[in-house]
Amino acid sequence: MFKYVKQLTSLVAMIAVLFTFTTETMAAKKSKTLKNTQKKGFVRCGVSQGLPGFSNADAAGNWTGVDVDVCRAVAAAVLGDANKVKFTPLSAKERFTALTSGEIDILSRNTTWTLSRDADIGLTFVGVNFYDGQGFMVRKDSGITSTSQFKDGISACTNIGTTTELNMRDFFNSKGISYTPVAFEKADEVVAAYDAGRCDTYTTDKSGLAAQRTKMTNPDDHMVLPETISKEPLGPVVRQGDSVWEDIVRWSLNTMIEAEEYGVTSANADSMKTSDNPQIKRLVGAEGEMGAAFGLDNEWNLRIIKQVGNYGESYKRNIADTGILPDRGPNELWTKGGILYVPPSR
Amino acid sequence: MKFKKILPQFLTLLFIVLIFGFFTMNAQENMDTRGIEFGFGFLSKEASFDIQFSLIDYDGSMSYGRAYLVGLLNTLLVSFIGIILSTILGIIIGVARLSPNYLINKTASFYVEFFRNVPLLLQIFFWYFAALRALPMPEDASLFFGSSYMTIKGLYTVAPVWNNFDIFFIALIIAIIVIFFFNKFAKKKQEEEGKQYPKFFISLGIFIIIPAITFIVGGVDLSWSFPELKQLAKTSFTYEGGMGIPPELIALTLALTLYTATFIAENVRAGIQGVGKGQKEAAASIGLTPSQVLKLVIMPQALRIIIPPTTNQYLNLTKNSSLAAAIAYPDLVLVFAGTAMMQTGRAIEIVGITMATYLTISLAISMFMNWYNKRIAIQEK
Ligand SMILES: N[C@@H](CCC(=O)N[C@@H](CS)C(=O)NCC(=O)O)C(=O)O
Repeated sequence: MFKYVKQLTSLVAMIAVLFTFTTETMAAKKSKTLKNTQKKGFVRCGVSQGLPGFSNADAAGNWTGVDVDVCRAVAAAVLGDANKVKFTPLSAKERFTALTSGEIDILSRNTTWTLSRDADIGLTFVGVNFYDGQGFMVRKDSGITSTSQFKDGISACTNIGTTTELNMRDFFNSKGISYTPVAFEKADEVVAAYDAGRCDTYTTDKSGLAAQRTKMTNPDDHMVLPETISKEPLGPVVRQGDSVWEDIVRWSLNTMIEAEEYGVTSANADSMKTSDNPQIKRLVGAEGEMGAAFGLDNEWNLRIIKQVGNYGESYKRNIADTGILPDRGPNELWTKGGILYVPPSR
Repeated sequence: MKFKKILPQFLTLLFIVLIFGFFTMNAQENMDTRGIEFGFGFLSKEASFDIQFSLIDYDGSMSYGRAYLVGLLNTLLVSFIGIILSTILGIIIGVARLSPNYLINKTASFYVEFFRNVPLLLQIFFWYFAALRALPMPEDASLFFGSSYMTIKGLYTVAPVWNNFDIFFIALIIAIIVIFFFNKFAKKKQEEEGKQYPKFFISLGIFIIIPAITFIVGGVDLSWSFPELKQLAKTSFTYEGGMGIPPELIALTLALTLYTATFIAENVRAGIQGVGKGQKEAAASIGLTPSQVLKLVIMPQALRIIIPPTTNQYLNLTKNSSLAAAIAYPDLVLVFAGTAMMQTGRAIEIVGITMATYLTISLAISMFMNWYNKRIAIQEK
């Protein structure tokens, strides 16, 4: 009988440990994610597996892109250093499970905000950092210059687990065209297969097409057709259920966009502290207590602007100067004919 | 005494129940805070995505349940073809490895060493992308085997167009049943009266004649549809009509076959080597012909050694077929655990169903192979 006493005690101990974990999860109602992030010392950020201009790693493993900058902004805000980010490359298929299972805390990876994603699967979209739409790429020598020239039997390469797959069906169905979808798990394989001639067209977000075109053997042999067949507002996503964290990510992005609107840049941010515009002063932490609600200090937004830059700087550095999409199109400020418009920081 | 025996088992059970309960509770709670619901209702909702290749009628207006079925059948298809082809190739290579001919022997062992040691995913990519790069565009493809074209967009070949296929199919089943009873009868005759029938030829005859009759009296009719080149744009073409086999299926089958055959070859070699030389000599000395020696003496003993590890290879091949997702072959993992999971967000349910499905397929293969092993192997007295 005594032989089992030891087993019994260890069992009781294990059960006790399990229960403390359970009660902990129940109690941690305030921003668990913020607490964990500060404890770990880095922001866990899910990005693409390589989409130039949006999230792309160079040979040394340094990530750049407008999606990457959102995570850097959050790191600057909550940890004081835009470099304290751990990036996890994810395929379209993996991205949501990585977020809901807690492997990452922000998903910033050309992800379209849709009703079902927002409402149905435990995610919360915090804003839009790139307004996009789905398009088609074809080989120039095919002579196709418009989707109206598509014929029955056309084959289209794309990624699985994307809005692209669904829009494509709606599009071809509404035009009454029969088509062959060739859907891969990873974007690199889509590019390789289309490049080899497996498909007549490659379809995804136009930003994605512009970025992936740079990876083709001969980028100049391909062109993106003018038609846009869907709305693809791309933006960062967080897990549902941590509203403080959600707010931090949302207002980090808003800060970048508002900073551009008020002409605050990484170069002039410090000197803006003495501006006579109170809105600008709030943006650089010189007026009000804009960080208190998140449990952050007052210069969280100043650090974002100084370390990452405003939205315009980020766009120029990553998307325009790299030649991917020099024209900002709808991703221009509302004051300059675009649709970028964020609520005020006050 | 009894208590002492039961206690550890009771504790283990309690522990498992607690662990399981803890995980379910935690998952439930996490799902609650994130507003995710658990349920299988999604299976009857409209899938709204299309699938490249399907053995049954499917389009995006059908349900997720239907999409599951499409993926499952595609998995079964590639596994079935892979198992058949890798068995044939495995036997050939296995026998070749025992060949006294130096060249044959060395080629076979090089094949085994090479294909067994290169990671399968790499081989799949190789066959897919190498083939894509090497194959001609549809308009440049040349005819082979009468009316087939091998192109970068797939293999286009003739397709049978049946009239009253049902009647033909029923006739086939009847033929198989007749053959089954005929063989039973022939076996009984041989055991009782020592009379031997040409079983194979009579079976073949039945198999041909009964279905053939339906063409004459059953209104069954068969014609062929040929692939024809169609221009989509200035430089882009495809084939219409006939049957199109996607390059993804071809590459995946090829890779799975070449890889799995190496393991089967080793099993075959071990099996044949495992039967003692004396057996063969003894059999020959009582006047059996060489083919009878192989069929009646060597094979029953060799198979006993070959079948169990080969069953494992069949299971591996089936599971490995899920690497299909990498090259866009719409198998169960790509369609269901990929697209459907992303579009519905029902991760737990879908992963659960997928795991249960693979488990069921594996058990079915194992059961079939065990049954076959019992049937074929010599009865030890
Ligand atoms: N915005 C769409 C599509 C996003 C997507 O995954 N697009 C692919 C095609 S460009 C991609 O970005 N792949 C990059 C990668 O996986 O690295 C969505 O959210 O569903």
